[in-house]
Amino acid sequence: MQTQPTRTRPESTPADGQHAGGVGESAARPDGTLKVTGEFAYASDLWHEDMLWAVTLRSPHAHARILAVDVGEALAHPGVQCVLTHDDLPSRTTVYGLEVADTPALAGDRVRYHGEPVALVAADHPETARSAAAKIRVEYEQLPVVHDESTALATDAPLLHPDRTDGHAAHVPHPNVVHRQPVVRGDAAAAAARADVVVTGEYEVGMQDQAFLGPESGLAVPAEDGGVELYVATQWLHADRRQIAPVLGLPEEKVRMVLSGVGGAFGGREDLSMQIHACLLALHTGRPVKMVYNREESFLGHVHRHPAVLHYEHGATADGRLTHLKCRIVLDGGAYTSSSPAVVGNAASLAAGPYEVENVDIEALALFTNNPPCGAMRGFGAVQACFAYEAQMDRLAAELGMDPVELRQRNALRQGGTMPTGQVVDSPAPVAELLGRVRERPLPPERRWDTGAGGAELRELPGGVGNTTHGEDVVRGVGYAVGIKNVGFSEGFDDYSTARVRLELVGGEPVATVHTAAAEVGQGGVTVQGQIARTELGVERVVLQPADTTVGSAGSTSASRQTYVTGGAVRNACTQVREHLLDAARRRYAATEPVWASAALQLHGGKVTTTEGRPLVGIAQLLAELHDEHPEFTVESEWRHRPTQPFDPATGQGFGHVQYSFAAHRAVVEVDTRLGLVKVVELACAQDVGKAVNPQAVLGQIHGGSTQGLGLALMEEILVGPEGTVRNPSFTDYLIPTVLDTPPMPVDVLELADDHAPYGLRGVGEAPTLSSTPAVLAAVRQATGRALRRTPLRPEHLLEV
Amino acid sequence: MRVTFTVNGRRCEADDVWEGESLLYVLRERLGLPGSKNACEQGECGSCTVRLDGTPVCACLVAAGQAEGSEVLTVEGLADFARQRSGEPEPDQLSPVQEAFNRAGAVQCGFCTPGLLVAADELLERNPLPSDAEIREALAGNLCRCTGYEKILDAVRLAARGAGEE
Repeated sequence: MQTQPTRTRPESTPADGQHAGGVGESAARPDGTLKVTGEFAYASDLWHEDMLWAVTLRSPHAHARILAVDVGEALAHPGVQCVLTHDDLPSRTTVYGLEVADTPALAGDRVRYHGEPVALVAADHPETARSAAAKIRVEYEQLPVVHDESTALATDAPLLHPDRTDGHAAHVPHPNVVHRQPVVRGDAAAAAARADVVVTGEYEVGMQDQAFLGPESGLAVPAEDGGVELYVATQWLHADRRQIAPVLGLPEEKVRMVLSGVGGAFGGREDLSMQIHACLLALHTGRPVKMVYNREESFLGHVHRHPAVLHYEHGATADGRLTHLKCRIVLDGGAYTSSSPAVVGNAASLAAGPYEVENVDIEALALFTNNPPCGAMRGFGAVQACFAYEAQMDRLAAELGMDPVELRQRNALRQGGTMPTGQVVDSPAPVAELLGRVRERPLPPERRWDTGAGGAELRELPGGVGNTTHGEDVVRGVGYAVGIKNVGFSEGFDDYSTARVRLELVGGEPVATVHTAAAEVGQGGVTVQGQIARTELGVERVVLQPADTTVGSAGSTSASRQTYVTGGAVRNACTQVREHLLDAARRRYAATEPVWASAALQLHGGKVTTTEGRPLVGIAQLLAELHDEHPEFTVESEWRHRPTQPFDPATGQGFGHVQYSFAAHRAVVEVDTRLGLVKVVELACAQDVGKAVNPQAVLGQIHGGSTQGLGLALMEEILVGPEGTVRNPSFTDYLIPTVLDTPPMPVDVLELADDHAPYGLRGVGEAPTLSSTPAVLAAVRQATGRALRRTPLRPEHLLEV
Repeated sequence: MRVTFTVNGRRCEADDVWEGESLLYVLRERLGLPGSKNACEQGECGSCTVRLDGTPVCACLVAAGQAEGSEVLTVEGLADFARQRSGEPEPDQLSPVQEAFNRAGAVQCGFCTPGLLVAADELLERNPLPSDAEIREALAGNLCRCTGYEKILDAVRLAARGAGEE
């Protein structure tokens, strides 16, 4: 079972680790010092002479007709410069969307969710703008609310988008279904007859929020050519621009975007928030306009993770081989499309988890409802499925009298195995090994709180210094889970990135300048871009230009894809720069010095060397000698990973995902069974990352993802009432883990190369978010003996009430 | 109204302050010190943590008028403050806790970092060798969404160890 991890080798020279700060090293963040001194400029820190502050007026109702809007009193409020409503939109295009343009920039005659933007106010002070917004009179006629599957799919259900013409409309069973994807393979019904044990369950995942700390913010500055410059925190500059420009009635080139400092994202900045609004106001007033959401508006102003109801049936033979899977996954997409279709695709194609099941009958769909729109959040689609299939694995193991880890390992996907979509997994899939690694780790000592003589260290106990227990009624549990996530944009999407790389002599030193539009959201993309340039060009100094729309698209900072795709683009551009330089050198020197005729020269440690490492000339000297002919070497080029295919609409078959990513967790919890309080004592993770381009940043991703999964297990949920209103839009009522809630998280990193990917790397960010949640739930089940079909847990789920 | 107080050792005056403005707003928007962050403005996240006459507070919960005559320390003044405290003038250096956050990988998006640095520095000032439980308790009011806190704990341990070796 156990194999030694192979340390990935780069596919081409130069060799790994030879350059300070190159690929494979924990290079320092280029923005680190600015961030620790408080000088790093986040979107909410921007300032401009003469700027206005703007706020949004949002709908208090989940579903209503707008009968009238009166802005007179707000306009008359001292200090107010501008009030805009739907009627002021300048273009015939008034809607936008990531995939389907169905989201109004400002609501017209109807609002479809609580918090939908209705009007905008710009004033000389944020409080002036807020006071004025409160004076806008909107007359609503409330409409019946669609809030779950039964109200959405009723024959007389109100239709969220009665005139929809999107590409999914033709194949959905009901107009309130955004998208539906079956995945059918083998014969699940026949296989069910061969099963010795069948386990069925219905599971529920609550609505999680990204809860990034830096609120939605930006500054729009009107330009002399009638265009606008937008400085904003986002995940994909070019996708923003594609959606913004038509609503402003401008060609894309007149919307110039620059990434400002991003305070976390986690999917929540994939959809637009204040971008169009700030630009509209700036163009209308002719003055710079700044918008900064407060926390309540942030909760209302971005999409959330899809809540889900998941019906699962697994069968197995007595020796623990899975016979079949039948499942139906119902995701609540809320009022607008956002990224629901892709979430459905992930949920369907990854519904079986990292297991080989020959016979599957899977269906996933997303609903339109009047609940808050749901879209991208770390691990989307795969998180919900993992919660259900991992609970099923534990129940199946219990039914079979098998060890739950052994059952998983017996059915674990391996390289060469086949997914339910028919896709053969053509890179390492160390599912069994990851499980083995977390299990073999020694367990943390029992009764850590016990200070002897009846004393207790409260901080080690459930309830903490709330002093709710001194160890009485505290029971330990241990749980395991493993998950599978796709990396990159799937289903035939043209998933590319663009990098511009320049090599030149600056002050006598060779300097590489790297320019991409990739959004740095905290993950360290800027660090790895510099590392790649150092490794490929053999230089010490790399300058990273700010991300903006003067360079081609980098694609989204999401789907664990940027190190793979933009990393690939930077590497590709660097390779071309290197070849241009070496070609120029060959042309000049090969006639007199035959060694230059060799095709296999390298840039290495500041020098041009032969493959044997023999130095020929310093890069600085070479650049100086070539300077008359080539003052610089510059390449801008696009790079794409191998293509994927759409899933067949009826069977879900197809090569849909470019890469898979795997992580396993073991959670150790202690539960105060009297009060229903849970303390996670340790959350160990093992993950295959293909190649740790920056080992420190890899750990940061694994720790952060695991913690967000812990949050979904124990505390994080947006509560939406039956009337469709959000009940907890604050950090007082929506809790995310503090340092006291977060346990030690030992991590085992495997590096098994994916030969299709740059440096063999595997996208890292999302996989650890998947298995963390079901591992914690499994541990609490073991401690309490309760079924626990829903996440997040609440104390009442653990008590006899 | 006019508010006068000392920020990072320098006397500052802010004019035309509206009575409802927080200390955080005045620091960020009137005094050009945006280092203290505005993540929740509800006193729940700690990203705006500053020291008010030595005590860590959420600047979003302090009315600007309450700071009249006080001494305020923000992340922008942390390096100078640490230097003066240690009595070792080394111009243009980060404070030990800033250095440790950088080295330990405790910074990702960095939005929580300024508040955590002020809180961690204050902890190490009163407790130079804190236990893990003491670090967790001291930083429990500072939310971080990126790191899972592991590297932040490493950074505080590193800063404490570094100070212990001096």
